[in-house]
Amino acid sequence: MMGLFENFFRAPPRKSAALAKERLQIIVAHERGSRRSSPDYLPTLKKELLEVVRKYVPIDQSQIKVHLDREGGYEILELNITLPDEEQRLSPPRQNGGAGV
Amino acid sequence: MATVIVVTSGKGGVGKTTTSASFATGLAQRGYRTVVIDFDVGLRNLDLIMGCERRVVYDFVNVINNEANLNQSLIRDKRVENLYILPASQTRDKDALTKEGVERILTELKQGFDYIVCDSPAGIERGALMALYFADEALVVTNPEVSSVRDSDRILGILASRSRRAEQGENPVKEHLVLARYAPERADRGDMLSVDDVLEILGIPLLGVIPESSTVLQSSNAGVPVILEDSSEAGAAYNDLVDRFLGKALPHRFTSIQKKGFLKRLFGGG
Ligand SMILES: Nc1ncnc2c1ncn2[C@@H]1O[C@H](COP(=O)(O)OP(=O)(O)OP(=O)(O)O)[C@@H](O)[C@H]1O
Ligand SMILES: [Mg+2]
Repeated sequence: MMGLFENFFRAPPRKSAALAKERLQIIVAHERGSRRSSPDYLPTLKKELLEVVRKYVPIDQSQIKVHLDREGGYEILELNITLPDEEQRLSPPRQNGGAGV
Repeated sequence: MATVIVVTSGKGGVGKTTTSASFATGLAQRGYRTVVIDFDVGLRNLDLIMGCERRVVYDFVNVINNEANLNQSLIRDKRVENLYILPASQTRDKDALTKEGVERILTELKQGFDYIVCDSPAGIERGALMALYFADEALVVTNPEVSSVRDSDRILGILASRSRRAEQGENPVKEHLVLARYAPERADRGDMLSVDDVLEILGIPLLGVIPESSTVLQSSNAGVPVILEDSSEAGAAYNDLVDRFLGKALPHRFTSIQKKGFLKRLFGGG
């Protein structure tokens, strides 16, 4: 009972929208930062890589994995290209068989 | 070529279905052949808001599973020409939506429609991802409230990284902010985020501000999209939104406190 009256007569609190905005700006900036682990150019990079590799080996989209990781101050770009079985290839591969870059 | 528009938000209950129904109705009223698809598999509601719940025979999942064709499952709106509804299934689980299935249906719909509006379910799970995957444009529905704004920002991140356009390296999905359930007097008092606050945080163009309005509840009770109540504020706001989407430069309304009448200004204080 008392609580109700107290709330009723208490001086208006500090504008809560200002507080909301401040908190949102901080959390959103933080979350965007960690999202940047997938920068805008990754899809294009992947597409262009696919085109280059296809000049030599027939592969499809699912055989290229591009991934960017953040560790401390480093960023690690990881490319994984799975080559098809020997007999599925159109032309003989170069003899360095590099699947991971 | 048809345009696919997803109505999305992350957070639940912010007004996606209300917006999808009114937006699709508004496009159709202006002469565009429009279909609105309910992606909320298991929790269909769009049919109720559009007032066609008793005419649902087959649904989206039936078409994906080849148990019915599109003609059998599309519901033609009785009030507005050019408007069709593709209801969600009430019984299946979300796994029923496959990327291939959704793509096949959208491709077929693109033959006959100008606009395909996808009403997304809440969350960032399969249903929501499927609803946004093929989108060309997105209406991001946000309430002026912390958790809604944060979730909208997450959805913007997903649109930018996990949509088909992002994956294929095409032009990004075009984003539009729809600020719904806005109460200017509360924003003015400083206890609700203002239009400018939300714009500053999310940083995407504002398509429309829909005021908090009791007409929305009344019109969903009646199964009439609120845009058809054009004498109401919410209806007028949705009409402006559709016109803006189609390229008209209209000033935003209902974003500040209604001007008081002369007498009220004289005697009414404040
Ligand atoms: N502008 C508004 N003014 C008042 N009430 C509103 C407004 N917009 C939506 N509502 C109400 O909010 C509730 C949720 O709306 P709606 O179903 O459109 O949200 P949703 O985002 O589709 O929800 P879900 O995430 O569950 O699919 C409904 O009761 C609706 O009447
Ligand atoms: Mg909904």
